[in-house]
Amino acid sequence: MPDAVTLEGITKTYDKGKVVAVKDVSFTVKQGELFGLIGPDGAGKSTLFRILTTLLLPDAGVATVAGLDTTRDFRKIRACVGYMPGRFSLYQDLSVAENLNFFATLFDTTVEANYALIRDIYEQIKPFSTRRAGKLSGGMKQKLALCCALVHKPDVLFLDEPTTGVDAVSRKEFWDMLKRLKEQGISILVSTPYMDEANLCERIALIQNGKILSIDTPQQIIRDYPGKLYAVRSGSMHKLLADTRSFPGTASSYAFGQYLHLAFTPGREGSAANLEKYLGERGHSGIEIEEITASVEDRFIQLMGNDR
Amino acid sequence: MTDKAIVCKDLCKQFGDFTAVNRISFDVNKGEIYGFLGANGAGKTTAMRMLCGLSYPTSGEATVAGYNVYRQQEAIKRNIGYMSQKFSLYENLTVRENIRFYGGVYGLSDSQLKEKGVELIERLGLGKEMNKLVGELPLGWKQKLAFSVAIIHQPTIVFLDEPTGGVDPVTRRQFWDLIYHAADQGITIFVTTHYMDEAEYCHRLSIMVDGRIDALDTPAELKRKYSARTMDEVFYALARGAKRSAD
Repeated sequence: MPDAVTLEGITKTYDKGKVVAVKDVSFTVKQGELFGLIGPDGAGKSTLFRILTTLLLPDAGVATVAGLDTTRDFRKIRACVGYMPGRFSLYQDLSVAENLNFFATLFDTTVEANYALIRDIYEQIKPFSTRRAGKLSGGMKQKLALCCALVHKPDVLFLDEPTTGVDAVSRKEFWDMLKRLKEQGISILVSTPYMDEANLCERIALIQNGKILSIDTPQQIIRDYPGKLYAVRSGSMHKLLADTRSFPGTASSYAFGQYLHLAFTPGREGSAANLEKYLGERGHSGIEIEEITASVEDRFIQLMGNDR
Repeated sequence: MTDKAIVCKDLCKQFGDFTAVNRISFDVNKGEIYGFLGANGAGKTTAMRMLCGLSYPTSGEATVAGYNVYRQQEAIKRNIGYMSQKFSLYENLTVRENIRFYGGVYGLSDSQLKEKGVELIERLGLGKEMNKLVGELPLGWKQKLAFSVAIIHQPTIVFLDEPTGGVDPVTRRQFWDLIYHAADQGITIFVTTHYMDEAEYCHRLSIMVDGRIDALDTPAELKRKYSARTMDEVFYALARGAKRSAD
């Protein structure tokens, strides 16, 4: 079996070359893999999706999906991929069942033929099968869109920010659905701006300003964090941010929920003991400093710094 | 004058036989950073629209910046700021024009506008971009500018509806620096977010489930109450039981 997706030196510009959307991007999604593209808005995620689903031509580079070339074999690719774009794009004035039938017919199949694949997801919206898609709630729209992208049993599934703007509970449910789809052998490329979702993918690519910062398993990305990282807190968190940043040995200090995550500049007077003394002198009480394991978000921030 | 920016008692909003907001009660102190959390469809947007003077409650009482949500909607609008991920600035006006426009809408005089404008541009380091169209700015800058413009008239309180959605991790934190700075100057912050780490940055927060406020406290106290290590776990424990999943 060929790799599910390959990109080799993909570059795409807009506005006659003035805006560089993605620059020299290369990565591979293996057969049956759940691969995440992690980055903020404007990083170039959607451009990559549109190239892979044959809706855009790259300026340079070669990409394949299910072993087919995105430029030459675009018709064949369109028949064997499922695509859920970032913006809801089903027919608002067709019912739930009509949308699903429409997409099945478009791909020359029936809802019944591949029902096993969508059963778990579709059963949840079945009670609303006669409701117009435009009248569905956000969570239900998302489930219907996923069913429509799956109804022809695609080899590769492309999900562009399926969980953006979705609350924490619904996001967890959505990722559980993806895990079950993966177990049925579908290769999945999914993008998200939420760094905490990176850990739910087998491998990830961190992307910023059209460039790949790193590609690896989430575990390895975390292991690659250079040096030590500390969680710091005190009674006055906002003041703590300013004071840790003025400490001469600090390389970086960022808010992370109830703690700051802090790294020392190598070779300077940066150490937990010195910092604690420094903060004590500035009136902080209840100081905690503890070495921690970095998260994907820590690594992303650190790589962003290198990129500048 | 009271020391409360918002006082809200048994506030309800009914659409036909659907109770979108079901008797919510809470106060927000002046200068406080208050997180307004809830699952999609819990009723956050409906509640916020009533507090911003954009829709009438069905029943209950509320004052915002000391003004009544039934009778003084226009006074409320003059004394609050508002910003969301979706609605912010005019993309086809320049940075300078947007500042002028919003300052004008909020009734600033020319001299105030000039002074505020310079201060704002300096704080954001946007000096070189003054005459650029806002549409050409990166998203992170747009959001920081939008926030600064939303408080250009020194409102009593500013409503922020998912202000950091989709923004990169560094800019997201810079945005919170701006929020703290505004709070230090006495502006009350009312903010919604889906990032649970940001819930930790609030002084107090409430979590809405199915139109009700099911929890309201400091992040530390909520975590203690629900025996949770993170706000993510608190949110999950509360919102898991939700019946509604609407938007």
